[in-house]
Amino acid sequence: MTALGKLFRTTAFKLTLVYLTVFALFGAFLLGYFALNTRRLITEQITDTVNAEITGLAEQYRLGGIRRLVLVVDARARRPSSSLYLVTTFNGEALAGNVTALAPGILDNPGWTETVYRRLDESEGPDHPEHEALVRVFQLPGGFHLLVGRDLDERERLYHIVLAAGRWSIAIVIVLGLAGGLFVTRRVLRRVDAMTETTRTIMGGDLSGRLPVAGSGDEIDRLAVNLNVMLERIEALMRGLKEVSDNIAHDLKTPLTRLRNRCEQALRISGSDAEYRAALEATIEESDNLIATFNALLMIARAESGQAREDMKEFDAAEIAHDICELYEPLAEEKGIALKVVANTAAPVTGNRELVSQALANLVDNAIKYAEPPTPAMNGTRPEIVVHALSEGDRILLTVADRGPGIPAADRGRAVERFVRLEQSRSQPGSGLGLSLAAAVARLHGGELSLEDNKPGLKSIIALPRGGPLQKAG
Amino acid sequence: MRILVIEDDRDAADYLVKAFREVGHVADAAHDGEDGLAMALDGQYDVLIVDRMLPKRDGLSLIGALRDKGIETPALILSALGQVDDRVKGLRAGGDDYLPKPYSFSELLARVEVLARRRGGRSEETVLRVGDLELDRLSHEVRRGTEAISLQPREFRLLEYLMQHAGQVVTRTMLLENVWDYHFDPQTNVIDVHISRLRSKIDKGFSQPLLHTIRGAGYMIRDGAR
Repeated sequence: MTALGKLFRTTAFKLTLVYLTVFALFGAFLLGYFALNTRRLITEQITDTVNAEITGLAEQYRLGGIRRLVLVVDARARRPSSSLYLVTTFNGEALAGNVTALAPGILDNPGWTETVYRRLDESEGPDHPEHEALVRVFQLPGGFHLLVGRDLDERERLYHIVLAAGRWSIAIVIVLGLAGGLFVTRRVLRRVDAMTETTRTIMGGDLSGRLPVAGSGDEIDRLAVNLNVMLERIEALMRGLKEVSDNIAHDLKTPLTRLRNRCEQALRISGSDAEYRAALEATIEESDNLIATFNALLMIARAESGQAREDMKEFDAAEIAHDICELYEPLAEEKGIALKVVANTAAPVTGNRELVSQALANLVDNAIKYAEPPTPAMNGTRPEIVVHALSEGDRILLTVADRGPGIPAADRGRAVERFVRLEQSRSQPGSGLGLSLAAAVARLHGGELSLEDNKPGLKSIIALPRGGPLQKAG
Repeated sequence: MRILVIEDDRDAADYLVKAFREVGHVADAAHDGEDGLAMALDGQYDVLIVDRMLPKRDGLSLIGALRDKGIETPALILSALGQVDDRVKGLRAGGDDYLPKPYSFSELLARVEVLARRRGGRSEETVLRVGDLELDRLSHEVRRGTEAISLQPREFRLLEYLMQHAGQVVTRTMLLENVWDYHFDPQTNVIDVHISRLRSKIDKGFSQPLLHTIRGAGYMIRDGAR
């Protein structure tokens, strides 16, 4: 496609053409209307004055007879103006006036006519063409004819001026409109071309490319900003995918290797039944852990792809906080930790109850896992883990605050990512997917997971959008 | 107990049939949906184990066809899709239980036995008894011998579920599903701690323990004296 062809094909240019046509038609109509009305107005003015003059001259004739009329007409006819006068006898012989060469037969028809004429003071010939005039013929008593009229040149000139102005202005409108349309179209086209170019490089595999944003905040900018957000998300997902494959290599291969080694070793030794049995049991346990890791991965993938959105229902997050704490309380107690829940008011959330429960369970599980057991210095008081469910503005916050070692600020972002297990947690059991799952669940619900310093300890917060009012049974 | 395994993976089906026979049940296998339906229609089975994805006719429609014909043999659905909504779909289609693959045989066995027993038509007794342990479902009172035992509401439901299935193995996931209504893996074995708490309340100080841990499978409440 040629550059020009591309230009003409743009929406902006087509719109320009449509608007231009509409405006030109409207302009032409307006000017035509104006021209015609001007002409009509002038004609009316002429008839009014001619009528008044005829009335005046007829009065002169009534008062002073033909002599006086001839005198008056003669005097008026000498004045330079566009007024035309003629007084004739009944057989057409001119007595006074300033016109000649009238169309034949005019004087016999009283009333209004448009006619050609020549002024008396003009000589004949092709240099002096006949003029047009609007005249009225009046029959005076006594057989005399009185003709009064006005030259129409002025009217025609004005009419033509208006028409010419109209033509010019429409031509200018079209030229300027086309130029403006081309300018706008080219500007738009340039930006779209820039976007296309960037998209091509992105399609080529360079996901770090971003669409140019002009900063004017117009519709193309908004589109570019949104597309950039989308690209960011895609890039994050792709990065996540890559990290997952890297981490699967690590976190799944390690136990798989262990599993294989164990089987090999069991085959090599010629041990007792009990030894074989122990080896098999260890193998099963190892494979169970692998399955758990796979399940967690699938769950995250599902939450992130948004599939679980089908099961969204209204529920009370405060109830979930109570239930999960009830589930974990004996475990906490066994470790000498006090697990408290503060959730008094209803915290309505629309979402997947199961997933939110699991997300909170993961946070509580982590808090218990990393909690430090009570020391003798604590004089019998137990370290606390506090679970809050509260509504804050249009959000529902589910927080788990512990007094454990916490996570250094620099590592908090990373801790939420898939599979990341910070150095100090390598020794702890678990797939390293707990926080990632909680984060994925929060994102699925349009919320987020954040980690804060509990001074000392860690405060994990799942923020979810507040749901509609709960319909309490009874 | 007669069990029909409808599973297109022959290795898996053979393994299940063999394993069920080893523990003393009668088991047959069908390898596609139509065969499975034909065999299940005989109504000779106590429990059906149905894979969700089968050739010729998928597991859910097989169960639907059975139920349409008025055959209420309890069916356990096996599925490689272990997600919550798949589970809900399976149960809605007429399945009685749902187990995602991969599963452990002990888990499957425990669930199958519970399903078969349920079919026997458990009357809704108001008082459950195991040995000298007594649980009144109406007054929410629990006593062992003459001694009243006070339980938290959740402990009560835990004990109630165990006693409803007295003499049967109950797995941790079954407890999590039926007592807590959760279908996820809580990472740490929280159930064990709840059980040991319950055990300290009902068994501590008595010579005859009732609540037993079944290694590699789960828990069982039974009267050891019998």
